[in-house]
Amino acid sequence: MNTRTHTPLFHISKRGQLPWYRAWLIRGIALAVALLLCALVTTVFTGVNPLGVFAAIIRGSFGTARKFWVLLQEMSILLCVALAVTPAFMMRFWNVGGEGQILMGGLATAACMIVFGDKVPNGLLILTMVVASIAAGAIWGAIPAVFKAKWNTNETLFTLMMNYVATQLVAYYCNVWDKKGSGIVGIINPNTHSGWMPGWNSPGGQKYLLNIVVVALLTVGVYIYLRYSKHGYELTVVGESERTARYVGIKVERVVIRTMLLSGGLCGLAGLLLVGSTSHTVSTTIAGGRGFTAVMVSWLAKFNPVMMVLTTFLIVFLQRGAGELSSSFAQINDSFSDILTGIILFFIIGSEFFITYKINFRKAEKEA
Amino acid sequence: MFDLTFFITRAVQQGIPLLYGSTGETLTEKSGNLNLGIPGVMYVGAMSGVIGAFFYEQSAKGALNPVLAVLIPLLSCLFGSLCMGLIYSVLTVSLRANQNVTGLALTTFGVGFGNFFGGALIKLAGSDVPSIALSATSACFKRSLPFASKLGWFGQVFLSYSFLAYAAVIISLLVAYVLKRTRIGLHLRAVGENPATADAAGISVGRYKYWATCIGSMIAGLGGIYYVMDYASGVWSNDGFGDRGWLAIALVIFTIWRPNVGVLASFLFGGLYILHMYIPSGMNLATKELYKMIPYIVTLVVLVVTSMRNKRENLPPQSLGLSYFREER
Repeated sequence: MNTRTHTPLFHISKRGQLPWYRAWLIRGIALAVALLLCALVTTVFTGVNPLGVFAAIIRGSFGTARKFWVLLQEMSILLCVALAVTPAFMMRFWNVGGEGQILMGGLATAACMIVFGDKVPNGLLILTMVVASIAAGAIWGAIPAVFKAKWNTNETLFTLMMNYVATQLVAYYCNVWDKKGSGIVGIINPNTHSGWMPGWNSPGGQKYLLNIVVVALLTVGVYIYLRYSKHGYELTVVGESERTARYVGIKVERVVIRTMLLSGGLCGLAGLLLVGSTSHTVSTTIAGGRGFTAVMVSWLAKFNPVMMVLTTFLIVFLQRGAGELSSSFAQINDSFSDILTGIILFFIIGSEFFITYKINFRKAEKEA
Repeated sequence: MFDLTFFITRAVQQGIPLLYGSTGETLTEKSGNLNLGIPGVMYVGAMSGVIGAFFYEQSAKGALNPVLAVLIPLLSCLFGSLCMGLIYSVLTVSLRANQNVTGLALTTFGVGFGNFFGGALIKLAGSDVPSIALSATSACFKRSLPFASKLGWFGQVFLSYSFLAYAAVIISLLVAYVLKRTRIGLHLRAVGENPATADAAGISVGRYKYWATCIGSMIAGLGGIYYVMDYASGVWSNDGFGDRGWLAIALVIFTIWRPNVGVLASFLFGGLYILHMYIPSGMNLATKELYKMIPYIVTLVVLVVTSMRNKRENLPPQSLGLSYFREER
């Protein structure tokens, strides 16, 4: 009779807490392998020397003082959105509607600038813009939350659809506000600068400093909110286990709606920074995919606001680098950064497995 | 003058890529994998097909063999989208990564892939306009029944399409049949609803998820190649595919995870997608933008209503979006 039992080649078990340096070692290895693969892909498909590519990528962010400030400015907007979606994610509420919430914030800002521009004092106007944009984003975020809380409607799909409703709303108003019939709103109040937020000059000469300072403060604020406030505690418990939350008397519905008001509101703030402080115009593309990129930024940082500065840097650094690449090498266009970002993300996403789980190989058994 | 026959034809042509996308995504979601990378998969499918067709046209120098001209792009399209499905499955099933993040990364990668190689081929072809025209290959793809044009409106509405359009309908009916009526479909649905129970019943959860995701991706990729070769007459322009991938995901919800409903629903969505072009020109442009919102609003209403009624068979698969680890309680 056959009494031998089959043991699999390996089995997978969950690790306990891994010391932080080993976790970072694994991530570092993943990043290194990803970069190697990126270099290989670059050489194979474009025939460019990979070292030249890396040099160009670094030049894209640190080549000149101006480029460096553009990097910081881009980082601040993306970080703002990433901070916005984080409280929702910690609650296991997959808010992929950042895109729409940013658009609504931007739309509200533009509306205030157009309707009240030159009619009310500038200070009051800017205050109205701040309130309106945050409120617009918050409402756009709270709608899916209400349905999730009351009827458990799938929030990923709901927020995704809300993006396109917002896009079309913006397209509608672009056509309403545009006088020439091209559907493009030009620079709003170009002569009076009414409603333009006071952009403080950064050392590079651009008016980026306000955005950077606001988002830096926000980072600290969100960190404290998540780590030390009662609200932050409640939403973490809801994320870990909804039943536990109910058992200890947390009103889950209220936490869900409250957190999404916050999440949407901060996305609206990003819209304000984009329209009121940076571009002074509105279009359907102002969000530029940041709502989706922010999901990855936040997740890569393990929902830690301070780590998010690093992951934001990584993504923006690559994007800026690819912009530089396309101007340096004729064979490369802007979309190349998406490919590189994709490859790096795949590796980092995959590496998390080796941090959470352990692979136990079958021990070599001696034949009797 | 509003030409209903023409409108229906356009709506169907517009709906076919959506039908492919949503059939593929439904199959994937039934296994519990929420693949938000479908827009990327469709881009890669389209681009792989274009690459295949481009090099075949270059090597054949005008003398295209119609069978090869269809087969080469089709196979490279299937291969490209299969690779995307494999990336997603390895990361989410084997490595248990977060599905939303993986899906979004896949979309970033796929759209980048399409636009990068699109740009590269445009340079290679040395054309002055930012697009590649593969009209010879497209002509092979677009062959329709010869007698269709002789049958008046009936021929126009029902028989005027290319083989990929009919294939889309057949595939979605087939997927619906497999999901609803076969043992494999039953097992697959069990995996999507409750993988732990399925595992206990001896169903290999990982294998089902892999197969469903990969086949689903390949079906979705076909939508990409249909768009380029048929709808766009072989012209690839960067970002031309637009947001159809997301609309396909919307369609999955709209059809409450039923590919057979998807056949008519996709044509309806196709009609809604182009409705704004047929509104009397007296109306201003702004209102037309509001009409483009309709497909999404309708989807939202369906999503909300199904969750309110809370009927089991209309809800999303219960473990949708969750990775399965056997030892987790």
